[in-house]
Amino acid sequence: MDHRAFPDAAGTNTLRRRILGSRGGNSALLFGGLALAVLAIAAIVGLWYTPYDPTGFAVRLRLAAPSLAHPFGTDEFGRDVLSRVLTGAHLSLAIGFGAMLVSLALGVPLGLLAAFDRGWVSTAIMRGADLMISLPPILLGLLILAVTPPNLGKTVLAVGLVYVPILVRLSRAVALGLLEEDFVQAARARGEGAASILAREILPNAWPPIIVECGLRVTFAILLGASLSFLGLGPQPPSSEWGLMIAESREFLAQAPWMGLAPGLCLCALLVAVNVAGEGLRARLDPSHA
Amino acid sequence: MSAYVARRLLGVVLVVLATSVLIFAIVHILPGNVAYAILGEYATPAAVATLQERLGLNDPLWLQYWHWLSGILHGQMGQSLVMDRPAGPLILDALGRSAILAGSAFVIVASGGIALGVHAATHQGHVSDRVMTLAQFVFIAVPDFFWAILAVVVFASWLNWLPATGYAPSADGLLAWASHLVLPVIVLSIGLLAHVSRLTRAAMLEVLRSRYVLMARAKGMSERRVLWRHAVPNAMLPTITILAIDFGLLIGGVVVVETVFAYPGLGRLLVFAIEHRDLPLLQAGMLVLTTIYALANLAADLGYAALNPRIRYRTAA
Repeated sequence: MDHRAFPDAAGTNTLRRRILGSRGGNSALLFGGLALAVLAIAAIVGLWYTPYDPTGFAVRLRLAAPSLAHPFGTDEFGRDVLSRVLTGAHLSLAIGFGAMLVSLALGVPLGLLAAFDRGWVSTAIMRGADLMISLPPILLGLLILAVTPPNLGKTVLAVGLVYVPILVRLSRAVALGLLEEDFVQAARARGEGAASILAREILPNAWPPIIVECGLRVTFAILLGASLSFLGLGPQPPSSEWGLMIAESREFLAQAPWMGLAPGLCLCALLVAVNVAGEGLRARLDPSHA
Repeated sequence: MSAYVARRLLGVVLVVLATSVLIFAIVHILPGNVAYAILGEYATPAAVATLQERLGLNDPLWLQYWHWLSGILHGQMGQSLVMDRPAGPLILDALGRSAILAGSAFVIVASGGIALGVHAATHQGHVSDRVMTLAQFVFIAVPDFFWAILAVVVFASWLNWLPATGYAPSADGLLAWASHLVLPVIVLSIGLLAHVSRLTRAAMLEVLRSRYVLMARAKGMSERRVLWRHAVPNAMLPTITILAIDFGLLIGGVVVVETVFAYPGLGRLLVFAIEHRDLPLLQAGMLVLTTIYALANLAADLGYAALNPRIRYRTAA
């Protein structure tokens, strides 16, 4: 996507007004956002309250089918699956959105720098991005997580690094376009320094396409994080990250399919919500795709 | 065209070389003593010293890298620590089995995705288009390992139609061999099929709105000819790029799906190498996969150039 998709990027509309403003109803953003809010509230509630102790063993209740007392059934240790899904929710959200923050924090400054500098710094950044992009996404994650013991923070970092080069390229392309705009030339003529131009002129106007890209990437970040976690390269047991729960359910699928179906369907609900909200955000911010 | 091909081939060599440095660096520079990682934290100092000597870990890093690289150039992929066998044949065997899996899935994704996308774009707003749009939203978002366990529960556990996991060599009979492939291939294809068909539809809609399509219709060309002579070839350009991106996702899918279905391919070998800290095997396997990915991207670029003369004749930027 290039900056020309945003003809009024240099205009006076603030990002906030564009998202909240009343430029036609946007049911995708509304429904996706609502579903995401419900899941986020469930994740927060899960941090403080669960119907049962998510790590409490109850041997007599092993592999119990869903019932009124245990709506999602129990697992091989008699742990309540609903309680475990609730406590695991914040991990999936943290991996997806945390990874996006990592990519933003690294990718956007590097991209802006690459746009502004026309010398070896720019070349080094762009060749580095080319190199990272030439590894298949899962391999980069596997490489980083393979050598040292995995944990939540490393999974977030590994997934975030995968999307850094994409954001470097995007923010550079957007900034290169903005650098030609009159208001940037005016700032230069006023004698403003590079840092000031980047922070006060370029960055505020470069946000819309970057936010749209992030909104669409979060789905893939959550998917990649859950896949790594499923392979045992994420949070470790007894954590109840959903990818890990699904991996642990594999041995018991024939007797207790709810062990995998419950976290799996929740993960799907989260991904669909994020995907729909991301598309809605794009429709709102990027008129050419509406 | 040949100059373009030569330039891109050189690019692939450079990319593979650079990623080999990256892979080596990540494996060797990240904190964690390799010998302890292999032997466990209760290893005796003598055992650690012996292993470090055997692995050449006392050499300077550049020398270790050079030994690794020159070994590969001589066809020596290194020695698997856990299996105590040369990594090369292990990887080649696994790669062959993965290629069958990924190749079948890729053919399904490419042909099916394009066909569905063209159909949806030419039937915009019809029931079939709406159903597909809805299905695409859901299918893109469902992780392939979730499809995998669903498939195992439904087709293997409940219906008992297909084997749940494993692999049968073709010597066991064609039916046994194929029956082990059905579920993994379907699981691998399903998400990417949604992705490709959705983006093909978007590309087709854009082309169908263009002036040259209007022109072709205005001069009375049949709709079928407009579609296949003008619209589809032009809509293929973005689709080729998407297929190249999806090849990267397919590699990720292969790693996950082979693990779920206990299918002895390269993805499972890599996960095995990670679980057992078999670093030489891991390095070699990653390098092979990266090379394949680079070649796939090359193929996509060449396909793009073949369809779009503007790229072919452009001088090097």
